Amino acid sequence: MPEITYREALNQALSEEISRDPNVVLMGEEVAQFKGSYKVSEGLLEKFGPDKIIDTPISEAAFSGLAVGAAMMGMRPVVEFMFWSFCYVAFDQIFNNAASIRYMSGGLINVPIVFRGPANGGTNVGATHSHTPENFAANTPGLKVICPSTPADAKGMMKAAIRDNDPVCVMENTILYNLKGEVPEEEDFIIPLGKARTVCQGNDLSIIAHGRSVMVALQVAETLQEKHGVSVEVLDLRSIRPLDLDAILDTVRKTNRVLLVEENKPFCGVDSQIAYLIQEHAFDHLDAPVKRVSAIDVPQAYSKALENFQIPNHDRVLAKAMELL
Amino acid sequence: MEGIYHDADLKDSPVSEKKTVVDSPDIAQTSDFSNLPINLQLDSEEKIRLYSQMVRIRRFEERSLRAYQQGHIGGFLHLYIGQEAVAVGSVSVMSEDDHVITAYRDHGHALAVGMDMDECMAELFGKRTGCSKGKGGSMHFFAPDKNFWGGHGIVGGQTPLGLGIAYALKHRKKKGACMCFMGDGATNQGPFYESLNLASLWGLPVVYIIENNGYSMGTAESRHSAGEPLARRGEAFDINWSVHQGHDLYEVRDAINNALVLAKESSSPSVLEIVTYRYRGHSVADPDQTYRSKEEIEEYKQNKDPINLFRDKLISEGVLSDEKANLLDQAAKDEAEASAEFAIASPFPEVSELMDDVYWETDNPDQKVSSGEMFFESSR
Repeated sequence: MPEITYREALNQALSEEISRDPNVVLMGEEVAQFKGSYKVSEGLLEKFGPDKIIDTPISEAAFSGLAVGAAMMGMRPVVEFMFWSFCYVAFDQIFNNAASIRYMSGGLINVPIVFRGPANGGTNVGATHSHTPENFAANTPGLKVICPSTPADAKGMMKAAIRDNDPVCVMENTILYNLKGEVPEEEDFIIPLGKARTVCQGNDLSIIAHGRSVMVALQVAETLQEKHGVSVEVLDLRSIRPLDLDAILDTVRKTNRVLLVEENKPFCGVDSQIAYLIQEHAFDHLDAPVKRVSAIDVPQAYSKALENFQIPNHDRVLAKAMELL
Repeated sequence: MEGIYHDADLKDSPVSEKKTVVDSPDIAQTSDFSNLPINLQLDSEEKIRLYSQMVRIRRFEERSLRAYQQGHIGGFLHLYIGQEAVAVGSVSVMSEDDHVITAYRDHGHALAVGMDMDECMAELFGKRTGCSKGKGGSMHFFAPDKNFWGGHGIVGGQTPLGLGIAYALKHRKKKGACMCFMGDGATNQGPFYESLNLASLWGLPVVYIIENNGYSMGTAESRHSAGEPLARRGEAFDINWSVHQGHDLYEVRDAINNALVLAKESSSPSVLEIVTYRYRGHSVADPDQTYRSKEEIEEYKQNKDPINLFRDKLISEGVLSDEKANLLDQAAKDEAEASAEFAIASPFPEVSELMDDVYWETDNPDQKVSSGEMFFESSR
């Protein structure tokens, strides 16, 4: 199986789906001539032309809403946000229109649209460019939300998102764009939404994470094994809504101790809901309270010295894991 | 509470007793649009149908107001009374290729595109026989089978959606255009300008129709907007713009038709400002006398009522008689009453239907491809 980057995996997914379905277009700031701010769409303009790969002005509200209107008419637009942080100026179009039109029309109108882009901290770009709004999106019935963490997931889940008949928010990660991994080449390589992945098996502690936090969880699992002989199971949620509750409960019932790790800020973050679900459905299987490591609860800091501590890092996750053992 | 209101007593006096139009300088300035080609092609039957549509909208809304006062309708009820010629005139020149989207004051557009009173009234009552199964309410009527894409609650939020409908038409090389209605208040929302820029930049067949009823909720145009007329704002984007009187159905038809032709023949957007007036508050629950006078409202009812003006025109053209007009009015009242009875008799949605219509996928379990929990109420 060829090894490619997360960025190339997304590019393949977009390319294959644009080839496959004439209703699919990619639009956003700098996606065409500039080849994408993070080069995710490199080569697509040359391949598909300006009718399919569409540069927009810096007008998130207009092009997000335009894409929702086009989706209502049966197109399948993929909207790139240079950063998910920029979706905040298009909030109404995503959180009212894309999310609710199907419901408000009594199911008469579908909105098959993908909003995608990076949503992460850790790159020293300050508070306005480091938001992780997967909790906002998951809090909005009508939207689906996924956070692929590997190149294979990036491709298989992006393809699933584009083929999905509901609005899907794909939260990527700029730090993962260069991550390499094996990715199947088959045209119909699809990873269904709502299916978590057990990254490594273990018996003593479960670390449940999504997005780049999965990488941190894996590093901590290795440290715990090597230095403390602790066997850690790491579960990658992959998809926030739909959520693989069965997989969450399975690992909790197996290890009886659970640590949740995410880049969200803690208050009303995704993991508050996960923790709630665990105590509701697996209370008797817990040998310790559920613990969390989230981003430190302040606006994202600019300075590397501060931000590297702010987002979940190896040492903070390890320290919290030790509290559970 | 019950049955006290009729927003405007539609005239039942002979045409000879009407006030002379020179009482109102605005009306004196208007020219006669009845001889324009788009209006000359109307036969008597079509003219009567247009008149009847306006009357039906008025009577439907008056009946809905009574139902609101009786407690049958919750939330907001934004009435269109006074503005009927805009929706009816605009929709009357659209072809089957054209599309309509509007804001929350949407009852008039819904009935004009051919939605029936029953499904609209039932929606207001929150009944499962409503056009959105009771899940949308007054502000969120939809009829995609009639090219009517809502019904949108956030001021200006529909302006990018209308752009997207036009974009989809152009991308797919279809020949239609999208009429995107909005109020004067929506012209001060940012997404409108982003949309104008894209409409012009990409040459999209969208017609933005500003129904300027003079008030952004309770704030008069002079207090909410710098520069006039509002449509001139299109000029900054090299978009054709013009201002028209909304009480004359013939004028509305001509203006909208020209814009639709431009949209379809040269894929160019337009901004049309149609000056109109609403007799009721922003929503019926809102106070109406804090920001405008009774006299002002009365002036419009007397001199610029679009239904009375069109009725007088048709009588002077020999197309309509007092008797016929009264019959149409009675028929509209009866239809509205029947729709209220239909709504009352209809069942509310079952609680078991609450979670339907959120996701296509959960509504189509046989074609479901994802797994996992989609909903998070504590039912597991």
